[in-house]
Amino acid sequence: MTGQEIAFALLGAVAVGSALLVVTTRRLVHAALWLVVSFGALAGGYLVLTAEFVAWVQVLIYVGAIVVLLLFGIMLTRAPIGASAELDSPNRWIAAAVAVATAAVLVTVLVMGFGDERMPLADGGAGSAEELGSAVFRTWVLPFEVLSVLLLASLVGAIVLSRPDVRAKNGDREGER
Amino acid sequence: MHLAYPTVVAALLFSIGVYGVLARRNAILVLMSVELMLNAVNLNLVTFDVWLRDRLHGGQVLTLFTIVIAAAEIGIGLAIVLLVYRNRRMIDVDRLRDLAEDRTDERPVRPARPDAEDGAVRDEEAAR
Repeated sequence: MTGQEIAFALLGAVAVGSALLVVTTRRLVHAALWLVVSFGALAGGYLVLTAEFVAWVQVLIYVGAIVVLLLFGIMLTRAPIGASAELDSPNRWIAAAVAVATAAVLVTVLVMGFGDERMPLADGGAGSAEELGSAVFRTWVLPFEVLSVLLLASLVGAIVLSRPDVRAKNGDREGER
Repeated sequence: MHLAYPTVVAALLFSIGVYGVLARRNAILVLMSVELMLNAVNLNLVTFDVWLRDRLHGGQVLTLFTIVIAAAEIGIGLAIVLLVYRNRRMIDVDRLRDLAEDRTDERPVRPARPDAEDGAVRDEEAAR
């Protein structure tokens, strides 16, 4: 077991453990905060895998933006701050069985398929911002631009959905989208 | 590094996300579980990009694209959740049954506000 494997195993244990807490805790705000821990540990895992730029984007977008959005949602829906027993639906044992079956199948297949493969992590700079930037703007320009349009469309859609005066302006019910 | 480490972590994260989507009742917690599943996919993409030594960096670029799509999804999802909350005063996904099949033992929950626009609410649930 090399040092990289030990580091990744620790980070992966933190990520999986805090993800378990996200789906089992009884406090909504704590779930969002454990999500921060899980995503941070995953960013550390990306660093071990030499994907530096992806790691920093993960920290910026996920930890910085998405979790803040989720916390906004929790506050705006007036969720209970304390522990509430009604966060889980009654069929959670079936859900747990499905999840354990999924994990068993995936882990078995992956270990049987790739268990003895090794990947070289020696050379640095394979996932740096320079490499990824040239890859994006040399090879992946068209998907990048399409993605910009998608992001713009989704932002406009979110604004239209969440502003109450957009629908109040036109009276008829059919044309309010 | 053995390829088994990141792939097993990704598989465990994905199944935790599956459990969260199936078992949680609050819509925002369901969105969080979807984020967990997307992160598992991202970890796999980065892992196989590094393993295959992809010269075009397809895996890592796709990871960036997935992160952007996750941001768009969370924006739209939260807008829909807030709209449902505004109409119903609750966001429990197993009590939003307007689109369910007609069954005799379960009556669909009516809107909490009597003047809530029924068609708009249905459209929102269809979009979920």
